[in-house]
Amino acid sequence: MNAIEAQGIHKVFNPDTDEEVVALQDIDLQIASGEFLSLVGPSGCGKSTLMRLIADLLQPSSGELRVNGKAPAQARLDREYGMVFQHATLYDWRSVSKNVQLPLEVMGYAKAERAKRAQAMLDMVELGAFVEHYPWQLSGGMQQRVSIARALVFEPSVLLMDEPFGALDEFTRERMNLELLRIWGATGTTVVFVTHSIAEAAFLSQRIVVMTPRPGRITQIVDNPLPYPRDFHTRSDPAFHALVAQLRDLLRDAVEAESAPPRGA
Amino acid sequence: MTRNRLATYLPTIAVAVTVLLAWELLVVAFDIQQFLLPKPSAIFAEFTFQLGLWLAPDERSILFESSGATFWEAIGGFVIGCGGGVLVALITSRWTIISEATMPFAIAANSVPIIAFAPIMNNWFGITNPASKMAIVAIIVFFPTMINTVRGLTLVDARQLELMRSYAAAPAEVLLKLRIPNALPYIFSALRVASALSLIGAVVAEFFGGPRATLGVYITQEASAFDFAKAWTAIMMASIIGIAFYLAVLFLERRLMPWHVSFREE
Ligand SMILES: Nc1ncnc2c1ncn2[C@@H]1O[C@H](COP(=O)(O)OP(=O)(O)OP(=O)(O)O)[C@@H](O)[C@H]1O
Ligand SMILES: [Mg+2]
Repeated sequence: MNAIEAQGIHKVFNPDTDEEVVALQDIDLQIASGEFLSLVGPSGCGKSTLMRLIADLLQPSSGELRVNGKAPAQARLDREYGMVFQHATLYDWRSVSKNVQLPLEVMGYAKAERAKRAQAMLDMVELGAFVEHYPWQLSGGMQQRVSIARALVFEPSVLLMDEPFGALDEFTRERMNLELLRIWGATGTTVVFVTHSIAEAAFLSQRIVVMTPRPGRITQIVDNPLPYPRDFHTRSDPAFHALVAQLRDLLRDAVEAESAPPRGA
Repeated sequence: MTRNRLATYLPTIAVAVTVLLAWELLVVAFDIQQFLLPKPSAIFAEFTFQLGLWLAPDERSILFESSGATFWEAIGGFVIGCGGGVLVALITSRWTIISEATMPFAIAANSVPIIAFAPIMNNWFGITNPASKMAIVAIIVFFPTMINTVRGLTLVDARQLELMRSYAAAPAEVLLKLRIPNALPYIFSALRVASALSLIGAVVAEFFGGPRATLGVYITQEASAFDFAKAWTAIMMASIIGIAFYLAVLFLERRLMPWHVSFREE
């Protein structure tokens, strides 16, 4: 079964004005249940917009979008989305545990259940010893792990991650990648992952969607042949390098196509 | 810890002592008339005299009675004005249209010298009625509190709001769990300003007339009777109350927002 089905999605911001932007055009995409899929592409190609459409934070201008067979709005009301942004966006006034419990509070879980689940999730992201800490007492990578725990604590079926590790250093980022794969393996969640890093997309995902800007379109969907489990040996696998090279070429073509003068000019 | 505290406050104490000493010396050296500027020691002597009167069972100290009266006017006005400001902000911020429509007026009202209405309030409520002073104080502190609270409730990180939306949170939940905690630092910075304003408001309103035993009236009467040590002692009392009031707000702030950046311990 498909977790996400997008057909002929268009998204136009400020239509019929001087500031009209065609953010997405003709987006067709099926994401299988439990799949790990990445979106890559130059800045402004509509990755975040696509993610926000899926999450029902925006509505498409036209086209059909289904999440687990439902309209995105219904999926949101059914609490099927976990979201992680580039910045952890934790609440300063809540302890680590209370931050993770926030969605559970909103969703009306009992107190004991909240504490239990938060502890289990924090153990999973290896922050079990930091429940009583406050966000400012944690490093950037630790904060991001809290925000992942918060996104997964109510067992959403779709995890939407918009450049979640973009603000971390290379070393922390690679560790977080391994950790994310482990969590994905343990939860079976569908993951839609936006990144600027080709290597990160190649390392993590089963399929990689390459997008081009103005208007935002899908250029190609690349299958990742690398087997799981992936570890630090994966990055030295020739197949990994071949995939990275292929993605880089696709993105270079995309950027060149954009900067070339329009045909007929 | 205590040693550390002492070290932090030492410069402040040193400045205070130096200023008082210089003041005393200048008055003596230039033989300044006491009605222009009394010596700190004279003010202090008057203060201890009044304190003795106040503590004695069968004596009265008009100064201390005045201080108490003015203090209650300021507190009453503060509670009414700040409470009202927060309440109105909570109500209007529920409907963006209303808060956007009212904010310009609140900001305009905030730059009006409201103290100029004091004589009118004296007429409305009666010149010796503490309500006339409370009303002025309440109006003065209402606008900054309301403006700051609306800001705190509305200037919320867009990502935080999106998260709440993704949890399908009800508006009341967003208000309680996100907007109000987000507004607390804004509210407290308004309360700190309001604590100083409320005392200024009460004393200045009393300059336009009030019962005998209030600081504003006391200061004007003693000044026109050329008893400057008394007038200055009253001014000092007003300052002490103002500072104590400010510290109380600061204390409450620390209790309610221990997470805030300014209170984090290294
Ligand atoms: N709320 C909005 N109003 C108007 N235009 C918008 C809005 N959000 C996005 N856009 C425009 O839509 C286009 C796609 O934006 P989007 O944020 O989806 O790109 P992105 O691929 O996520 O870029 P980046 O890699 O920089 O995050 C951009 O041209 C952007 O200016
Ligand atoms: Mg983006």
